[in-house]
Amino acid sequence: MREAHGSILYLDGVSVSFDGFKALNSLSLIIEPGELRTIIGPNGAGKTTMMDVITGKTRPDVGAVLYDGEVDLTKQSEERIAIMGIGRKFQKPTVFENLTVFENLELALAGERRTFAVLFAQLSGTQRDRIAEILATIRLTARAGEKAGTLSHGQKQWLEIGMLLAQDPRLMLLDEPVAGMTDAETEQTAELLVGIAKERSVIVVEHDMEFVRTLASKVTVLHEGSVLAEGSLAHVQADERVIEVYLGR
Amino acid sequence: MSRILAALGVLVALMFAPLAPAHADDAAFAAAVAGLDQKSFPKRAEAVATLGTLGHARTETVLRALADGTLFARKEDRQVVIGRLSGDAYSLSDAATGAPAGSAPSGELAKIIANNQMRGQIQDILGRFLLFSTDAEDRIRAADQVLSNPDASAVAQVRNALKTENEPAVRQRLERALAAALLSGGGTTEERLAAVQTLGNTNEPALRGLIQRTAANDADDAVRAAATSALAAIDRRLVFLDMGQNLVFGLSLGSVLLLAAIGLAITFGVMGVINMAHGEMIMLGAYTTFVVQQAFRAYLPPDLFGLYLVVAVPMAFVVAGAVGVAMERSVIRFLYGRPLETLLATWGISLMLQQAIRSSFGATNREVANPAWMSGAMDFLGLTLTTNRIVIIIFAAAVVLALAAFLRWSAMGLNMRAVTQNRSMAAAMGIPTGRVDALTFGLGSGIAGVAGVALSQVSNVSPSLGQGYIVDSFMVVVFGGVGSLWGTVVGAMSLGIVNKFLEPYSGAVLAKILVLVIIILFIQKRPRGLFALRGRFVE
Amino acid sequence: MGPITRRLIALESKRGWAVLLAVFAFAAVAVPLLNVLLPPDHALHVPTYMVQLLGKFLCYAMLALALDLIWGFAGVLSLGHGAFFALGGYAMGMYMMRQIGERGVYGNADLPDFMVFLNWGELPWYWWGFDSFWFAALMAVAVPGLLAFVFGWLAFRSRITGVYLSIITQAMTYALMLAFFRNEMGFGGNNGLTDFKDILGYSLSADGTKIGLYVATVIALTLAYLVSRFIVGSRLGRILLAVRDAESRVRFIGHSVTGAKLFAFTVSAMIAGVAGALYVPQVGIINPSEFSPAQSIEVAIWAAVGGRGTLFGPILGALSVNGAKSFFTGAAPEVWLFFLGGLFVVVTLFLPKGLVGLASAARRLKRPTLPVTKEEPRNA
Repeated sequence: MREAHGSILYLDGVSVSFDGFKALNSLSLIIEPGELRTIIGPNGAGKTTMMDVITGKTRPDVGAVLYDGEVDLTKQSEERIAIMGIGRKFQKPTVFENLTVFENLELALAGERRTFAVLFAQLSGTQRDRIAEILATIRLTARAGEKAGTLSHGQKQWLEIGMLLAQDPRLMLLDEPVAGMTDAETEQTAELLVGIAKERSVIVVEHDMEFVRTLASKVTVLHEGSVLAEGSLAHVQADERVIEVYLGR
Repeated sequence: MSRILAALGVLVALMFAPLAPAHADDAAFAAAVAGLDQKSFPKRAEAVATLGTLGHARTETVLRALADGTLFARKEDRQVVIGRLSGDAYSLSDAATGAPAGSAPSGELAKIIANNQMRGQIQDILGRFLLFSTDAEDRIRAADQVLSNPDASAVAQVRNALKTENEPAVRQRLERALAAALLSGGGTTEERLAAVQTLGNTNEPALRGLIQRTAANDADDAVRAAATSALAAIDRRLVFLDMGQNLVFGLSLGSVLLLAAIGLAITFGVMGVINMAHGEMIMLGAYTTFVVQQAFRAYLPPDLFGLYLVVAVPMAFVVAGAVGVAMERSVIRFLYGRPLETLLATWGISLMLQQAIRSSFGATNREVANPAWMSGAMDFLGLTLTTNRIVIIIFAAAVVLALAAFLRWSAMGLNMRAVTQNRSMAAAMGIPTGRVDALTFGLGSGIAGVAGVALSQVSNVSPSLGQGYIVDSFMVVVFGGVGSLWGTVVGAMSLGIVNKFLEPYSGAVLAKILVLVIIILFIQKRPRGLFALRGRFVE
Repeated sequence: MGPITRRLIALESKRGWAVLLAVFAFAAVAVPLLNVLLPPDHALHVPTYMVQLLGKFLCYAMLALALDLIWGFAGVLSLGHGAFFALGGYAMGMYMMRQIGERGVYGNADLPDFMVFLNWGELPWYWWGFDSFWFAALMAVAVPGLLAFVFGWLAFRSRITGVYLSIITQAMTYALMLAFFRNEMGFGGNNGLTDFKDILGYSLSADGTKIGLYVATVIALTLAYLVSRFIVGSRLGRILLAVRDAESRVRFIGHSVTGAKLFAFTVSAMIAGVAGALYVPQVGIINPSEFSPAQSIEVAIWAAVGGRGTLFGPILGALSVNGAKSFFTGAAPEVWLFFLGGLFVVVTLFLPKGLVGLASAARRLKRPTLPVTKEEPRNA
């Protein structure tokens, strides 16, 4: 438990099984404040399940999940975890299709969360400015008034990142943020994420090795629900076991 | 009061009457017959009781005449005679001897009237004559009659019967009957004690009442104590029997629920289609049964009638299944992935089906007869089980097993499981998913139709028959766990049993309400039911 | 001008307010005037029975509006809204039952007739207070609201969604129906509550009372509409829409899905309760059949026919379907269920957005086709 102190996220010995299948097998992971961490691994390595555990969607069978060195995330609801400052972007972009781009950001914006309060809530001037700023960042200013359902796939990805920004989380979890993006979009996204990571901790799950290289962060390789290797991209790429898992023998 | 008087009369009569062998003293008999001609009913009843204890050969003739209203007293000499109307006058015979006694017009005769109490008394006595019948069945029935309506007046006859009885089954009953009669009065202390022992294993409410009275009123302390402990043992046993009875009732209700829900376990559980017209598939099955029954009545000899249900089962499957396939192809397939819309559209179809049946068969209940082989009852470890209950339980089990076997081993069943587990993969492997969908839905509907055949035997066949089952069957499937055939079986059975165990305390309606509330609360705890699928891919 | 007032004004566009005001004026002022002022043989005279029928339909419209708030916006299809309606109705029925006093068949001032008939000695505790109109009116809102709150809290908290929720709401109303059928419940069993004499001292058989009840219904419906508008126009309304689209995503941005649904469900049940309370004095009876699952499903089709998620669509839907029902059950009763059943199928298959969607689709079609028709002669 000594390492938990001072970390933003601390996973120790986390296991999850579904009907006998071990999705996570005694997984341990530590993320420092302000760190950008990339997680790679073949299909079924447990990447999505790990995010589910951190955000409260799935409860682990055993193991500790601590946020900010002290909050036990396994006891919190999804809403509480989000309010405490953990944001998540899904693999498949999920935006609210029947709301406008602006409204999507409005709902995500940090602030009032109580049911009766949101009934009467109004956007303040600073909040409007903040939304405008995010719209500019994600290049959707021109489409602010349109339904999110009309956006292209890449734009939806960006809107989702924008929603994450609006939430202003201390820890961001990004599940394949550049899936389905063009090369140019991918490059812009990488730039954006590196910028974001300066102010907060980010965990990126990615398949695209080119993109991982651009992020230039510490890399963790997951395999069969536990950590296989950890270090710089060059370091893990040289690891025998990683090569075996990826290439198969 | 009059009963007690009659009993006292009998006691008195017993003291004076010699405990007669098969042929009683003619004089005593004649005196008793003369005793019938008295003003007061209690005294007449006394005379009847005396006749009963004498066991004379002519007792039956006299008592029958009294019961039929052909027993008279001739006004001029108060001779008791039996009259038979011939022309304007009665031809008479002496009641005590049977000798002819001339004839007389009705004006010269006074009818000896029996009141209801006496009629009952006469029936008991006449019934006891069967104790000496040559037919063992008759003797058993006579002994049972004494046993269910014990009376001290029967002691002598039962004793007599025991002397000659050789059949063990009859003897056993006669001994119990004697014990009951002795306990009702007339037995010595030892006899009463022995009687309590003999009857201690009873389940009959009448005998339990007798022992209870003995426990409270008997003159002897030892008899009272023995009766008290026997009563406790009986009550303990009755509690178990009661539970057994509830269990059987529960299983039979559970089978009805299971039959109603099993088709839904396919359409909702396996395919995920909310078919609100499911109840109407049951209703169609019931109406098919009705039509088949009418056809049997009209075109086939009556001794084949009992077989109509056997023909109705496949017919109902085909009719309901065909309607199901038509529904799937014309409406439901356009709504896959939109469960709430499916719910509304199928509800609309259910309304139309109901109205179609109402327009063609009328709004009133149709009569569907239970075939002879389904009526009757049997005894099992002290429980009375009606045959139709057992048939329904067996039928439900057969349907489930057949369905499970079909899904497990047939090629079609394999296709169905493949399509429901991974549609696109199944399609890629060349399984015609559209046709499998239609047939799966048809299977679920056909099974519902088959259930309708069974349910036509236990509920009213009317256009709204299906409506009564829709909430229940959805509850069963949701409670058991969607997608699990065994969950549906366990769900149906446990709901049936819980319902029947609640009923004695709360009444039928409140039990049903309570079960609904229990399910609603249960679903809060386990939203996916008893046998839930769990995993990352379940959403 | 406070922010809330400004939001109230902003509920509708200028044109929206004008239309709303016009409809309101027609329904609440013109219809009664056409009834009272014009002689019965005048072509524009609205007979009293028609006003009463319209009042009944408007209660249904309010019920459809209530359902739309939870189904059209939060995506929760409740098949138990008939229960909230009926509970509101029973509350008002109990008040009117107490008003009968000594004028019942048994002339018992302390007990309603059915209790005298059942040999009950005294009024059960849950009838206390229903001598007061305002208490009954409060109960007509509070009882459905409380039931919805408790039921919804249990269901939404354990994440029962979609058809599962529909099925258990149906079970809820079914259980209530069975319960109210029991004489021992003390709500008149099979026969329910009826033979009402007056309300707030006005005789229910008087024309004036009937018109008054009708106008009250128009006002209540308008208020319910505005309250619903306010809710769906608020940030909470956008959360409800978001819940409909992607429920778990809402949780991951930190909003309480349970809270939002529970709020909408409870308000919706309260509106349904008010509708029921206005309905009973206009039809003169309330009995357990109002709880039957079939009644509640029918409400869903009113909303769907009109166009869910629009608030005014369900109002239109309730009026038109019930108008058709009145027509068919009079002219050709055996056709009615075919028609209603067919409506369920046609609307779900071909008109997912209902009449409102049809109208706007027609408008969209009209515009772009104009230039095309101009060009056609050139090509031909």
